[in-house]
Amino acid sequence: MSETHMQPRTFIARNPSVLYFLAALGVFTAIVTVLSDATGAGLISTSFVKTLGKTLCLCLVAIAMDVVWGYCGILSLGHFAFFGIGGYAIGMWLMYARTELIVAESLAGQVIPPTPQEISDAIGNQIFGVVGSSEFPTIWMFADSLFVQLALVVLVPGLLALVFGWLAFRSRVTGVYLSILTQAMTLALALYLFQNDSGLRGNNGLSGLQNIPGFEDSGQDAISIAFFLASALALALGYVLFAWITDSKLGNIIQAIRDDESRVRFLGYHVESYKLFVFTVTAIVAGIAGALYYPQAGIINPAEIAPIASIYLAVWVAIGGRGRLYGAVIGAALVSLLSSWFTGGGAPNIDLGFYVVQWVDWWLVLLGLTFVLVTLFAPKGIAGVFDRLVRKS
Amino acid sequence: MSSLLEMSGISKSFDGFQAIKNLSLNIGEPELRAVIGPNGAGKTTFMDIITGKTKPDKGTILFGDDNRSLVGMSESAIASLGIGRKFQKPTVFEAQSVRENLAMALKNPRGPFSVLFYKKTREGAARLEEIADEINLTEHLTRPAGELSHGQKQWLEIGMLLAQSPRLLLVDEPAAGMTAHEREHTTDILKRAAQTRAVIVVEHDMEFVRRLECKVTVLHEGSVLAEGSLDHVTNNKTVVDVYLGRTDVEN
Repeated sequence: MSETHMQPRTFIARNPSVLYFLAALGVFTAIVTVLSDATGAGLISTSFVKTLGKTLCLCLVAIAMDVVWGYCGILSLGHFAFFGIGGYAIGMWLMYARTELIVAESLAGQVIPPTPQEISDAIGNQIFGVVGSSEFPTIWMFADSLFVQLALVVLVPGLLALVFGWLAFRSRVTGVYLSILTQAMTLALALYLFQNDSGLRGNNGLSGLQNIPGFEDSGQDAISIAFFLASALALALGYVLFAWITDSKLGNIIQAIRDDESRVRFLGYHVESYKLFVFTVTAIVAGIAGALYYPQAGIINPAEIAPIASIYLAVWVAIGGRGRLYGAVIGAALVSLLSSWFTGGGAPNIDLGFYVVQWVDWWLVLLGLTFVLVTLFAPKGIAGVFDRLVRKS
Repeated sequence: MSSLLEMSGISKSFDGFQAIKNLSLNIGEPELRAVIGPNGAGKTTFMDIITGKTKPDKGTILFGDDNRSLVGMSESAIASLGIGRKFQKPTVFEAQSVRENLAMALKNPRGPFSVLFYKKTREGAARLEEIADEINLTEHLTRPAGELSHGQKQWLEIGMLLAQSPRLLLVDEPAAGMTAHEREHTTDILKRAAQTRAVIVVEHDMEFVRRLECKVTVLHEGSVLAEGSLDHVTNNKTVVDVYLGRTDVEN
């Protein structure tokens, strides 16, 4: 056996990009933390820290999307549903626990101490008054337990992906049909949540999620930095996890499934199990990303998981570069930040004299055009250009 | 030579077209067998039925010492039993290296979790080198399979089949698009492989079949027309009429 034909032995030697990515993320995190309001420097506003923290969560769901689509070839247009479910699961606890504190405070002044029933009714009234109800729906059963709700962040997306994936993959639904099916899934979920009797406050969604129960004394500047750091850590761990999965022999198999599914079957691999594994693991990571995102956003409502959200996710990954984890990170960060810059009034409107280009309307056109151009001329996305530069130097 | 694969009374029709008609065939272990026949004779359907891609309407297929019935089993389950298939068009995973292609095919547990936590073993690496040597690709192990020449891709695919250590190897037109030199090497690989296992080669090219020096089965309109040595079948009047007469192959 000659050494020249051997692969590099260690994980890092085979995947130098993991090291570069972690270093870049570490430097970025340190700079933001030092310059934030929380440390007193005040060069980065609390709201921008939140935007950056949310962007890190979007990067996390984007690398999950890259694994399921870029590596395994399943164009899921429903992964944002899992992201939203994660947000709802943690949002229920945040809202319940905070309302409980407020209610307890306001009832504390009474001469006769309130009964547990009265407290429960008052909390129910506070949360569900907006949809004309004060009863706790069954799904709020464990809302008082942070532990259970954290478990649900992982379990609900995981189980939904497992059941949905099992049904879809077993019937050998592939390609565009699978994409449509995943769109139907996220649409159905969004429509269900829009109903007032869904038990999750209909189109009002869950709000006030930025107030973390038990940390009333901490300002939003400190809380925002804590979530920013947690998001960075989650992204780092997610990146290493997916880099390890795609580097393993399973990574070879899923890429082989992407390129020629039936050939993999004739090699003796049960293709459906592999797809189900990838679909479920990425759904769980999407749920975790959502659970970190929505406390920073402060509010979640069913519009968040509308079918278009999952399509955006695919667009980010396509622009950033499929089949490369850092490509997904670049795409998600760049496009989502640009999107909020353009639609948030950051970009100056262009007055052409006869017509004013308002970016709020024209951003989508620009994004769509970019997507088409990237698909036509740079199928490997921004990361592909990046690769070429690295190889040249 | 004991019987490895027994097909009897297999029929299959697609929308009224009878692709396979009461086909019966026995393959021993070890054995090298060439299957020839004009276009539309049912050669591809014949392979599809054995490998589980197509379910026959009628008939039985028994495989192995315990006579397992293959009818109704999934492709991956049949492949795991020890039946490997090489497609007509070389289908290797072009984005991945030759080594990775071979490693995926190596006989190892096939479940997602055992694959996820799979650690390379010394025996596995040795077996891989051995196969790479057999198929003349030792120098190309780290190259992406997509960069290989057509003939090298065909070899890689045969190598992947060997790596599966199958008991039965189905090879569809292995010599298509190969140079004379490459054909010769392919013949050697197949003959060597057939010393320890059953190999069925489906081929158009008579010269190639002749070099395999094995028993030949002629398929016509979905059933066996003749069986025997190449000289025997090429002297058969019906075979000459239906097959050789219709092609440019010299008798």
